[in-house]
Amino acid sequence: MKVRYFPGCTLKNKAQDLDLFARKSALALGIEMEEIPMWQCCGGVFVSANDEVATKLSSIRALSDAEEHHSPLVTVCSACHNVIKQTNHQFNTDSAFRQKAVNYLASDTVYQGGAEIYHYLEMLRDLVGFDEIKKKVVKPLTGRKIAVYYGCLLLRPNSVMKMDDPENPQIFESLIRALGAESVYYPMRNECCGGYIALESKELAEKKSRSVYESAKSAGADTIVTACPLCRYNLLKNNSPLPVVYFTELLAEALGAKEDSNE
Amino acid sequence: MQRIGVFVCWCGSNIAGTVDVHAVAEALKTEPGVVFSTDYQYMCSQAGQNIIKDAIRDYRLTGVVVCSCSPRMHEVTFRKTASQAGLNPYMVEIANIREQCSWVHKDVPTGTEKAIILGRAAVAKVNLNAPLTPGESLVIKRALVIGGGIAGIQTALDIADAGFPVDIVEKQPTIGGKMAQLDKTFPTLDCAACILTPKMVDAAQNENIRILSYSEVEKVGGFVGNFEVTIRKKARYVKEDICTGCGACVEKCPMKKVPNEFNLGMDNRRAVYIPFAQAVPKVATIDPNYCNMLKNGKCGLCARVCTAGAIDYTQKDELITEKYGAIVVATGYNPISLDKFDEFAYNQSKDVISSLEFERLTNAAGPTAGKLVRPSDGKHPHTIVFVQCVGSRCDACAEKGKEYCSKICCMYTAKHAMLTRDKYPDTEVYVFYIDVRTPGKNFDEFYRRAVEEYGVHYVKGMVGKVSPEGDTLKVQASDLISGKQLHIDADLVVLAAAIEPDASARPLATMLTASMDTNDFFTEAHPKLRPVESPTAGVFLSGACQGPKDIPETVSQAGAAASKVIGLLVKDKLTTNPCVAQSNELMCNGCSSCELVCPYGAITYIDKEFRMPDRSIQIRRVAQVNPAVCQGCGACTVACPSGAMDLNGFKSEQIIAEVDAICR
Repeated sequence: MKVRYFPGCTLKNKAQDLDLFARKSALALGIEMEEIPMWQCCGGVFVSANDEVATKLSSIRALSDAEEHHSPLVTVCSACHNVIKQTNHQFNTDSAFRQKAVNYLASDTVYQGGAEIYHYLEMLRDLVGFDEIKKKVVKPLTGRKIAVYYGCLLLRPNSVMKMDDPENPQIFESLIRALGAESVYYPMRNECCGGYIALESKELAEKKSRSVYESAKSAGADTIVTACPLCRYNLLKNNSPLPVVYFTELLAEALGAKEDSNE
Repeated sequence: MQRIGVFVCWCGSNIAGTVDVHAVAEALKTEPGVVFSTDYQYMCSQAGQNIIKDAIRDYRLTGVVVCSCSPRMHEVTFRKTASQAGLNPYMVEIANIREQCSWVHKDVPTGTEKAIILGRAAVAKVNLNAPLTPGESLVIKRALVIGGGIAGIQTALDIADAGFPVDIVEKQPTIGGKMAQLDKTFPTLDCAACILTPKMVDAAQNENIRILSYSEVEKVGGFVGNFEVTIRKKARYVKEDICTGCGACVEKCPMKKVPNEFNLGMDNRRAVYIPFAQAVPKVATIDPNYCNMLKNGKCGLCARVCTAGAIDYTQKDELITEKYGAIVVATGYNPISLDKFDEFAYNQSKDVISSLEFERLTNAAGPTAGKLVRPSDGKHPHTIVFVQCVGSRCDACAEKGKEYCSKICCMYTAKHAMLTRDKYPDTEVYVFYIDVRTPGKNFDEFYRRAVEEYGVHYVKGMVGKVSPEGDTLKVQASDLISGKQLHIDADLVVLAAAIEPDASARPLATMLTASMDTNDFFTEAHPKLRPVESPTAGVFLSGACQGPKDIPETVSQAGAAASKVIGLLVKDKLTTNPCVAQSNELMCNGCSSCELVCPYGAITYIDKEFRMPDRSIQIRRVAQVNPAVCQGCGACTVACPSGAMDLNGFKSEQIIAEVDAICR
């Protein structure tokens, strides 16, 4: 299976592990991740202002590329995924925006709005299947107690993201169980880490992050797993007592595809 | 050639405001067949009707066109007027120039032009009308009530008191419905069981009432006055007429781990069970999903201990077919599933419960004998948070919850809060609300008592998240009045779940051809003026199947539905609608298309002898319509490929004449 891959800026510097192990795991699962040539930053956050077009053009380029190649568009970073998916939704539901975007791009191939967007987790669930992954696990993570951390961007807004029930998601837990580890339930798993508020109020970001890792810790977890570079940054910056790792790292480890980290 | 009179109504300013009624009357004067045309302020008034009657006499009219409101409003009125003047009532046509014209257009020229066109179409139709004579059908003097909650019980009692036999079909092993599960009732706080169970007993003892418990409606045929209903009486593996309800079988049944649905799964029952002490009929039922004897033939203890010999493992479902003159739907409601509302951690903590579960927890006959304790550890809760509107009044585009207000939650939450504070004064009680809605007799006084006398903390705002952490439930909420975020460590969280129609309602509506709204509540014939009748003749509505309502409202609607049923059953005969389908046998090719589309089963095929031009006899298969069953929907006329099927009063040539007149 071939997919078009949009890594995003953070995965090229701060979050190289997220990228590296995503690629290694994909290889082990027989998925060819073709990086979209000359991709650009997604903008980092979806701007809900109606007249904002320019920052969304990079998403539309990526979507158009996937449509052209008749392949699913796969992202790993929660933020990139959120921006691209919301942009696609706006492109398909807001005709004024669509027209402006098409005019701006002035490209030979006009995006028709038909790209299929998968977060890496969705790719594992919907295109590979957790049962299939379970079969390919060579080093099950038996005994590990994992607190999965969704954060907010993966699941919300649910009407657009449609990944899982935003209040009682299961996709991450199912993956962890497929890898042989125990998934520990804790109530803050789908709360915000503080996000970009760290730039404005360190105290508030700390408060948000603390409530997450404390909740995970009191539930008995030994590791927090996330898909979002910003979540990982905030939790670690604010002194998480638990290690915070990317889910792709655990996946690669279980699939026997893990080598030394680049970080 | 017809002699047609046209009567244009002003309807005060309702029509005359946007339609030049004089111009309409004038324009229609020149239509073919029209010999008289006039307008009047209120055509439906006595004086207006007299204008019509006089014109019929003076101008020897053979047809009448009234340009007025919807035929749903006054067609019957004007047909009566015509027949009083000696004209066949089916020679009257209504041109709807109000709902479909003056009310939807804003300027006079457009309104007038359209009114003339609509009038022209009606004239064209009347030119082809023929007198029709309604038939008669008998009324079966027996009623069916579907659902045995308080709504169904009250309706059945009222019908039975008037002397008509009634059957109650209830899918559970006992009647009583939701009310039997409640503890106290607002606003008087009398115990639900104390006022309900005497009615259940009355129903059981009334010789006009037959209770078919553990039964479901399977098929409905026929029409008003003459329904034929098939009821599936599910096998309960206990002979109902022999069982004394002693409970010996229940005591001895070794299968003790069956979730007890009457207590919403908060405790267990046996595989053979009587739902609660005052059940009616007080008869045991064996649950085939759990009974060892039925599953693998190993046990048989209950049969051994039953001194009456009532246990019968070989019992099969039984189909009962019965005829009824009227059907009352009383299928009630259920709280919605809270699976999609996990921000309140309903799936994560045993101490987050629904309001109905709270009722059982405080009920003396409930799983804790009425002692309010946390389901998780049996400890007394010191802080309780009630959350209102869980799943009610949701955004239309939200993917969960209902758009409507569930109506009963404000009052029962006030009741829960007040009773908790009364019995356990050491318990702090918070109620989070969007609005407190307490219209109703003594309702607002009740709510205010909860706040002012019982010190319940009412907080305007919603709970955002409930996080189970150790023993406590951390509640995060907003107080919209102080503009602050609140964090409360609660021991128990109670969710006022929205209510929705019972799942059996939709398939039942299909069987009854009764209409429903998008929320699956049954639609009434008129939201204000005919609130207990379904638009389907002979089908009546009682209780929460029509919309959320509390017990007093349900009981009054139940009585109203009963009075409508009685009004129908006292009649010996009903006039049938003569606008029914008719098959031209000479044109019918026997294809069965009409039979397949007929929703009422009014069409059958017969083999009929025809004499051919060469004097030979040929037997052909042709359609035949039963005019007593046909409802005149017209589906068959459209389905018929050879044009043999036609609808009296709406013949194809009449419809085409109307279209031609509009397009002229």
